[in-house]
Amino acid sequence: MALSDQELKEIAYLARINIKEDSFSSLKKELEQILELFEELNEADTSEVAAMSHPLDLSQPTRKDEVTEENQREELLKNAPSVQSGLFLVPKVIEGEV
Amino acid sequence: MNLHKLTLREQLEGLKKNEFSSVELTSHYLERISKHDEELNSFITVTEEHALTHAKLADDRYKNNQSLPLDGLPIAHKDIFCTKGIKTTCGSKMLSDFEAPYSSTVYTKLDNMGMVMLGKTNMDEFAMGSSNETSYFGPVKNPWNKKYVPGGSSGGSASCVSAELAPIATATDTGGSIRQPASLCGLTGIKPTYGRVSRYGMIAFASSLDQGGVVARSAEDAALILEGMSGHDPKDSTSLKLEAPDLLKNLDKPIKGMKIGLPKEFFEKEMPEFVEKAIQDAIETYKHLGAEIVEVSLKNINLSLPIYYIIAPAECSANLSRYDGVRYGYRCEDPKDLEDLFMRTREEGFGSEVKRRILIGTYALSAGFYDAYYLKAQKCRQLVANDFSEAFKAVDVILSPTTPGTSFKAGEKSDDPIEMYLQDIFTIPANLAGLPGISIPCGENSGLPLGMQLVGNSLQEDKLLQFAHSYQMNTDWHKKMPNI
Repeated sequence: MALSDQELKEIAYLARINIKEDSFSSLKKELEQILELFEELNEADTSEVAAMSHPLDLSQPTRKDEVTEENQREELLKNAPSVQSGLFLVPKVIEGEV
Repeated sequence: MNLHKLTLREQLEGLKKNEFSSVELTSHYLERISKHDEELNSFITVTEEHALTHAKLADDRYKNNQSLPLDGLPIAHKDIFCTKGIKTTCGSKMLSDFEAPYSSTVYTKLDNMGMVMLGKTNMDEFAMGSSNETSYFGPVKNPWNKKYVPGGSSGGSASCVSAELAPIATATDTGGSIRQPASLCGLTGIKPTYGRVSRYGMIAFASSLDQGGVVARSAEDAALILEGMSGHDPKDSTSLKLEAPDLLKNLDKPIKGMKIGLPKEFFEKEMPEFVEKAIQDAIETYKHLGAEIVEVSLKNINLSLPIYYIIAPAECSANLSRYDGVRYGYRCEDPKDLEDLFMRTREEGFGSEVKRRILIGTYALSAGFYDAYYLKAQKCRQLVANDFSEAFKAVDVILSPTTPGTSFKAGEKSDDPIEMYLQDIFTIPANLAGLPGISIPCGENSGLPLGMQLVGNSLQEDKLLQFAHSYQMNTDWHKKMPNI
């Protein structure tokens, strides 16, 4: 199945993955090969079946609306790449003077 | 004494009778790891200090008559199971320095039973791969022949148990990641029914398919530990509301009169002569043990590979969206804005196979394609599950090869994703239907082992282990170990 350059660029942006120019065409070819596999499903007659949601057909359990997690702010921030004043730090997202 | 030659049950007996201590047993394995693992690369992290401390605690409990059910037995954990305060990398650069703030239920359960963690095993990045060549921490070698791959994604777990650097190891299976490396390394590997083992703290790849299990040297060893890992967990919403099953109870019961199904669609496929012979020999052994052989049909089974390569990447693209370089994990250097931070962090932090699958999954879920791909695949998945339900009306277990052949050379398939995906052609269907599956050694070719697979009906892990055990009581393929 053919994938256009534009389509691949859009998917990559949706997935927020930068793709280097020099790997673009080989990646496109690999993805096309995989997409080709999918064509086999067209032959299956699924007009009478419902989509599977859980192998054992379980429904989602519910629980009481109670706090079960304790506040572990310090612990959770330890793994962050950049932190300031107890907050996750990212590049500036709002323009203008602060 | 060659402590690593004892079965898990024998090791447990030895500890109980004080023939040796857990510190001795643990040190014995740590020494083997330091001697052999530089070459095999089956561990990402060896937790020597942790292991010796916990072994000492186990020994103290034995002295005070307060021992726990699996007290002092060493184990290796796949590096996909979070361990509080100890690095959990999932084989990725993205998590190369990640220390989970909590432990997985699997780790906690086995820890509470006294098991001693030796370390965290190498794996394909985010469990995506069939050769353990996609790990950020380097490829793992097969102890039977170090030019060959151990399989994947639980390649480190399989390699270290096969080389007897650990008596048993945890593993996970989304499309064959326990059974395929077990087959390629000459081990017994079991993936239980979906929902048997908690996924809490087990880093997600494809949530509707992922399931934890073990690779072991025998069905008996596997039964002992799988029982300890199983059971309901309120922290996993897909966990089955069932107590852990008694997996040792039926182990020794004869299989006389029970029925084995051979799916004709599998046996119509062309396979190497040595695979066919190994499987035929296994069938003869089972006939000799009194099992009845019945042909069954799984008419939609050939759809399994395309179904899997829509559903697994779709779920992976959603699950892996959490790695954004903000809250934890790798972040690119000098991001010029937030978008650049996301785009480059994910470009640099993920390896090529992971990126391929995220992109495929993003495509399959994107507007306009959802019905044609994801929804269609979920419907086809039901067709495959229906075929199994129909077959299990007539038989107790379904037998096939685990893999299309023995192990392959490192690098041989790494440039061809489809060729690699075909490794899982026999194992994927059980994941799609959520069924338990086991691989047990049943032959060899040119010095490399080969496994057969048994798939059981939902919740019948005990029956699978009974079939595997009775085979192992009458053959010695599982006793063969590589010279490392």
